[in-house]
This record gives sequence, structure tokens and C-alpha cells, in this order.
Amino acid sequence: MAETFFLPQASLDALFAALAKDGRRILAPTDRDGRTELNPVASFQEVAADYIQTILSAKEAAFPKVERLMTFTLGAKAVDLKDAEPHAEPTVLFGVRPCEASGFGALDAVFNWDTRDRFFNARMEALAIIGVGCTKKDDACFCTSVGGGPGSTRGSDILLTPVEGGFLAEVLTPKGRAMVALAPGAFQPDPGLEKKVVEVPVAFDQPGLTRRLKDRFEDGIWMEQSLRCVGCGACAYVCPTCVCFDIVEEADAKGGHRLRTWDSCGGPMFTLHASGHNPRETQAQRWRQRVYHKFSYYPERYDMLGCVGCGKCTRACPVDMNLQEHLAEAAQA
Amino acid sequence: MTDTNIYLPHLMRIAKITEEAPAVKTFRLEFLDAAAAEAFSFETGQFGLYSAFGEGESTFCIASSPTRKGYIECTFREAGRVTASLADKEEGDVVGFRGPYGNRFPIEQWKGKNLVFVAGGIALPPLRSVIWNCLDLRDWFKDITIVYGARSVNDLVYKDELKEWEARPDVNLVVTVDPGGEVPGWTGKVGFVPPVVEALNPAPDNTVALVCGPPIMIKLTLPVLAKLGFPPESIFTTLENRMKCGLGKCGRCNTGSSYVCKDGPVYTLAQLNSLPAEY
Ligand SMILES: Cc1cc2nc3c(=O)[nH]c(=O)nc-3n(C[C@H](O)[C@H](O)[C@H](O)COP(=O)(O)OP(=O)(O)OC[C@H]3O[C@@H](n4cnc5c(N)ncnc54)[C@H](O)[C@@H]3O)c2cc1C
Ligand code: SF4
Ligand code: SF4
Ligand code: FES
Repeated sequence: MAETFFLPQASLDALFAALAKDGRRILAPTDRDGRTELNPVASFQEVAADYIQTILSAKEAAFPKVERLMTFTLGAKAVDLKDAEPHAEPTVLFGVRPCEASGFGALDAVFNWDTRDRFFNARMEALAIIGVGCTKKDDACFCTSVGGGPGSTRGSDILLTPVEGGFLAEVLTPKGRAMVALAPGAFQPDPGLEKKVVEVPVAFDQPGLTRRLKDRFEDGIWMEQSLRCVGCGACAYVCPTCVCFDIVEEADAKGGHRLRTWDSCGGPMFTLHASGHNPRETQAQRWRQRVYHKFSYYPERYDMLGCVGCGKCTRACPVDMNLQEHLAEAAQA
Repeated sequence: MTDTNIYLPHLMRIAKITEEAPAVKTFRLEFLDAAAAEAFSFETGQFGLYSAFGEGESTFCIASSPTRKGYIECTFREAGRVTASLADKEEGDVVGFRGPYGNRFPIEQWKGKNLVFVAGGIALPPLRSVIWNCLDLRDWFKDITIVYGARSVNDLVYKDELKEWEARPDVNLVVTVDPGGEVPGWTGKVGFVPPVVEALNPAPDNTVALVCGPPIMIKLTLPVLAKLGFPPESIFTTLENRMKCGLGKCGRCNTGSSYVCKDGPVYTLAQLNSLPAEY
């Protein structure tokens, strides 16, 4: 059972100061240049007052766009190879939505089944999440269709829900309790606050969709749905659960680095063999892979979904592919 | 928790380079680190990621047999950036290797059976590992037949080993080249692999077939074996989906709910039939 407190809005600066004093960076949604994105903040005044979600996802805190895996120096008939230490700055993610907080679980499933990914794990260990439940939604949100909800505590160390004058704070994990202990004065006894979040209607029957996909592979709907997809990959880059990555070299004749970068199954190069043969030649096949990976292969492999219903892909898509509508269509007979 | 860097390769010295065919070379690689060499073992069918530092990594099978200790070999064709850089290397140069990755051919399950190997082009390397492994355990198996086809005589790889297999009384070797690929004095067959296999007519009873080759050869050979009466459980092949991590993380090789780099690259035809045809 979570311990609950009242966190007055006026106490947030004290909490932020205590976290900073403990050596932690605080990343929170801020409005800069007309975009709401996660940025380092020092005070609660800097946090965006009114937002549904950031455009990019919070996954970057544990799985950056570009990460150094190793460094090498090239000599005559010799290579000097140096391991890269993960750069894991103690960080508090403040204000991420419950959908995104739960998205880290989908990354963890991949990074830690079988072998363990040190880079992801070091960053996750250094990360604490103060989620904020949603009192607003938009048409792209469908968390409740995929097992989440605007007040879901999954993935958060502390979940805040806005109430009159501040927040109801649910302290959920040892990491959450450690943050409370840093600023005990900020958290007041819960006078019996009511947790009220926005209502997000269920858009489709997800277990039905997952079953339906089993016999829908050769269906024409993947072609129909993907006709306007331009394969830009934006959906994957903004997605909190998309984990596919590339490994690339940044080097000259003297040496360089091996890096890992985000990648997307939506582009033709992703599967292209050196011979020219391409197992997923068409955009329809690649769109189908996106849907199946998240709603069929993930459940089969990791007993969870590869989508948290945040709707970021729908908001980011330049040609208005609407994931929720496409899934609802695919769930139907 | 002290996780290690799973992406960090071993450094290997190129001990020997063999020119196999135009743009095809074999590297014999030895570990620079004695402890790593000591700790290393692999099984036939597995693969690795080979680094040309500064250019990147490429996926090749381990083409030597696990029964031959102290080194590994890979045979590769120049196909792009990394393989071109590898092809420029000289004996004594240092490259990277991480592995072994993937599953293996279950050779102990084939004790007492006949083996039919069918390889096309540059796909002899994965079968070479299992062929030598089986020849080093020769009395486990009954008849061993090897069908190998290439575009032309010049494109045949492991030419010395083909002679060795040819000379062995306990191996039935059939080498074929595509029509037009023969040279004067060629004593092998002329024709594509699938019809050559069909004409050879191997008996399916108590027999395991292993097929590796370019997608088109595999596509046309599998129906021939099915027609000859080989059940899908007795036909093995390897997939060559593009890979980056080899560790079931980067998602590149994902086909259905299978990761070719972890659950493969070795599959029976029965297993392939349950996957989407995205390979
Ligand atoms: C399990 C497995 C086992 C394998 N075993 C073997 C083996 O034993 N032997 C073997 O030879 N191969 C093997 N392969 C295939 C081998 O991995 C590829 O042929 C090789 O990695 C590709 O070479 P590359 O990295 O040089 O090409 P890359 O440079 O990565 O090229 C990849 C693709 O990009 C294209 N490309 C290359 N350069 C450029 C450029 N400058 N600009 C634009 N496009 C470019 C190429 O045309 C190609 O389509 C295996 C593959 C797998 C998955
Ligand atoms: S963002 Fe839209 S257009 Fe771009 S790959 Fe995704 S679905 Fe296709
Ligand atoms: S697929 Fe779209 S809705 Fe699902 S988690 Fe990714 S960005 Fe969010
Ligand atoms: S190669 Fe990365 S998941 Fe298989």
C-alpha cells in the first residue's frame, strides 16, 4: 500500500531544493520556444503550467538518442580499446505522465531479458520518477485501452495528483520514500484527499485485438492503413517504449567511438540485406511490424504490451496516422 | 550490481588470410588476450559480430569447427562498408569479435542418421563448421552427402577442402556450377542446386537435410526436399536477417516473436513455417 500525503504547491520549491542539494538533476516539462519538453529546472515556477504531454518521451533519461559504447585508438597493427562508463547522472523526472512512467517497463523487458544492458541499467538506477496524474487529455490519448490510466501509479516512485492548493502524493517505492526523507517538511499528512483524474474512455478491446492479430497478418488493412505513411520514423522517436537501436561508428584514421543511436523499424534500411534482398520491402509490411511488435510479439515474448497509449506517435505523425483508430479497426472482425 | 559492457568485442589478430574466390576471403583469428582464448568456446551454427574498427561491425557465422581449438575462422564476401574494410586488412592486423551468439545445430540428435548438406554460393561457411564437426565425429553418422553449388568454378570457396572431401571414401560430394559457369576440364556437375538435389534423390528415411544459401536457392530447394519426402522437422536452415546487436535487444532481426540472433539463426523448416515469411 502506498503512503499518501498532501504536498502543498508552496512546498515544491523546498522539495526541488532538497533534491538538488542531494546532487540530483531535476528534469521537468517546460515551455520553451513554443514547445513543451523535458528540461533541467531549479524551481517549480519553471515547470510548464498547462500541458497534456511533452512531444518527445521521457525514455531519453534512460536511453539517450546517442550513447557512447566504447572508444578506440588505431595504431599500426594495434587497436587500443576502451570501455565506456555509462554517464548516469542522478536525476529526478518530475511531471511525467503515468503512461510514460510505465513505458520504462517495456524498455526494461528488452534491455534485461537474457543479458543485461549496463548502460540502461546504470541510468535507471540513477533515476527517480515523480509522475503527475492527468486532469486533461486529448483525442490521441488511449492509456485505458492498454491497461493504464490517467491515475495509474505503475512506473512512478511518487505519483502526484493535482488537488486544491497542491497535490495528493502517493509514495510508492523505496526511491519515493528516500525523496520524502530528503524533504520531510514538504509532505503533510493526507487529510483524506480525493484522487480525481480525467476520464479516458476505452477505445478498443485490447485482448481482442491481440487475439485478432493472430489471423490477420495477410490482411489488406495494413496496406490500406499505411498508404499515407512516409516512413519518417517520427512515431518511433517520440515513443516511450520503442527500443530499437542502431550501432554506428564515429571515427577517423586515428580512432573514434562506437555509439548506439535510436532507430526505427519504419524505414527500408532497417532490414535491408547487403545482397539487396529486403524481408520487409513495403511500408505496409513495416507498419504491420510496428503494430504486431507492440500488440502481438511483446505479449507473447514479455507478457506485456509494447505500447502505453500515450498517443505521442499520433500527435507527431506528419500525415495524421492515428494509432488508436487503426488499432480499433484492426480489433474488429 | 556489476553489469559488464555486453557490446565490447574481444581484440583478435588476423593469423592467416586465405583468398577463396573473387571478393571472398577467410580469416583465421586468434585472441590477443590469453584468458579470453582460454574461456572461449562455441557450438556449430553460432555466429559472431566482427569489427573493422572505424567502420563498424558485420555478422558472420563462425566457419571453423568447435572441435578445432585455439582459433576461429570466418569467411566473408565483400558486400559493403565493413566487409570492404575487412577485406583491406593484412595478416597481423587487429580486428574485433564478439560472440558466440545464437543457437546451434543439434548434432547430437543426429547420431545414427544420414546427413545431406546442401549449400549455395557464399553459404558454405555455416555448413563448413558443421561438416567438419560431423567429420571429426564421423562414426556418429551414417552416409554423409554434400551438395555444393556456385555461380562459376571460380566462385567455389574452400577449394582445397572440396578436394579433401572429394577424396574421402566416407563422404559423397557433389559440386555443381550454374550453366555457363563451367571451365574446360570441369568434372563436376553443371546445373542449379535444386534440380541437382532432385536428381540425386536422397532417401528421406532416417536422414537430416541442412540447407544454406541465398534466399532464392533456399526457396526453391525446400519444395524439392518436401517432394522427396523429407518432413519439415528434418530440414534445417539458417536465416541471415540483418543484425546489429546479436543479443536480442536492437530489434533489427525480429521476425514474428522470434529474434533470429537469439532463437536462430538455425531453424527447422517446421519452425520457419510458424514464422511470418519476413526473412
Ligand atoms: C547470422 C548471419 C550469418 C552470416 N554469415 C555470413 C558469412 O559467413 N559470410 C558472409 O559473407 N556474410 C555473412 N552474413 C551476411 C553479412 O552479415 C553481410 O553481408 C555483411 O554484414 C554486410 O556487409 P557490410 O557490413 O560491409 O555492409 P554494409 O555496409 O552494412 O551494407 C549493408 C547495406 O547497406 C548498403 N550499403 C553499403 N555501403 C553503402 C554506402 N556507402 N551507401 C549506401 N548504402 C550502402 C549495402 O548495399 C547493403 O545493402 C551473415 C549474416 C547473418 C545475419
Ligand atoms: S510518424 Fe507517421 S509517417 Fe512517420 S513513420 Fe510513423 S506512421 Fe509513418
Ligand atoms: S506506439 Fe504511440 S501510443 Fe503507443 S506508446 Fe508508442 S508513442 Fe505512445
Ligand atoms: S540483432 Fe539485435 S535483436 Fe537480433
